[in-house]
Amino acid sequence: MSWMAWTWPTMAFFAIIAATLAVFTMLAIRYPETPRRGILRMETTRGDRLFIGLLSMAFINLAWLGLTDITQWAGLAISLLFLAVVFKTV
Amino acid sequence: MEKTVNHKAWFLVLPVLILVAFSAVIPLMTVVNYSVQDTFGNNVFFWAGLDWFEQLLASDRMWNALQRQLVFSGIILAIEVPLGIFVALNMPKKGFWASVCLVLMSLPLLIPWNVVGTIWQIFARVDIGLLGYTLRSLGINYNYTQDFFAAWTTVIVMDVWHWTSLVALLAYAGLQSIPDAYYQAAKIDQASRWAVFRYIELPKMSGVLMIAILLRFMDSFMIYTEPFVVTGGGPGNATTFLSIDLVKMALGQFDLGPAAAFSIMYFLVILTISYVFYIVMTNLDKRDGTQ
Repeated sequence: MSWMAWTWPTMAFFAIIAATLAVFTMLAIRYPETPRRGILRMETTRGDRLFIGLLSMAFINLAWLGLTDITQWAGLAISLLFLAVVFKTV
Repeated sequence: MEKTVNHKAWFLVLPVLILVAFSAVIPLMTVVNYSVQDTFGNNVFFWAGLDWFEQLLASDRMWNALQRQLVFSGIILAIEVPLGIFVALNMPKKGFWASVCLVLMSLPLLIPWNVVGTIWQIFARVDIGLLGYTLRSLGINYNYTQDFFAAWTTVIVMDVWHWTSLVALLAYAGLQSIPDAYYQAAKIDQASRWAVFRYIELPKMSGVLMIAILLRFMDSFMIYTEPFVVTGGGPGNATTFLSIDLVKMALGQFDLGPAAAFSIMYFLVILTISYVFYIVMTNLDKRDGTQ
């Protein structure tokens, strides 16, 4: 696996993503849900909201990195807040 | 009827998942790993953190390529969509000539990208190409290897030649699905040709047109082969679109770190567009289902 040039942070990143996917798969099997309509006026399931949230998180972090000099952890915190907002409202 | 829910069916898609893992997921993970490191070869890597992302976001290079890319996609959409609709409206509805037109229209779609590039590269050459030589003989200063305007025109005309028929065929399919009763009603109301187009044909085509626009946008956003073969991204950087710039960075300069960071940002944009595409498609299906 050395050719993949793994590092601890990237490994942790993928582990978190994989764990999130696993948890959401479990949730979908154990507690099936009906799609709901939120502020985007389209039907979304838990998985849809996770996808929208994660994608937005990536863009928020990139914007934070490009526009400010403040520590990236602050950007991450804001994006996590946004993820919560997405789960609540979308 | 109640649908049966059986999650064991997921095992049937396992082979595809394994295939995708090897062809997409593992390479993508490697790209993420590269994007936070620097290398001088020999598979030795040094931690660089988010430096490459920061550097790229602050430099003009990526933004300029993105700007060129958006302008290119905008121009080809502005030409191909109206032209495709126009062609579809004028194609025969049935009979022998309808089949002939359909075959002719699908021909450009069957030609591989690099062959299209080669065709146009030779066609537009000023010394031996039919187009280039004719333009030169007419006294028009045309040289796509030196002139910014000529290079852009060539790449755009090439794309229009290659892909307008896709829009036309999709629009044609949309037109064919309109029942005759609508046209008869319009005739009774003495609707003008424009009114028929505006209130019958266009609304009925909106679904397939949406698909055509998104398909063409996504495809043109990822365009590589044709401009690479014809202009190589030149003159200067005039036709260096995102993917051409990315390949230059990754393979030309072997800057794996910055190229990986570039790839990830490019991938995020494509992922967003694909998601919008998916949402629009599923919503169209639902709308058609409820009608």
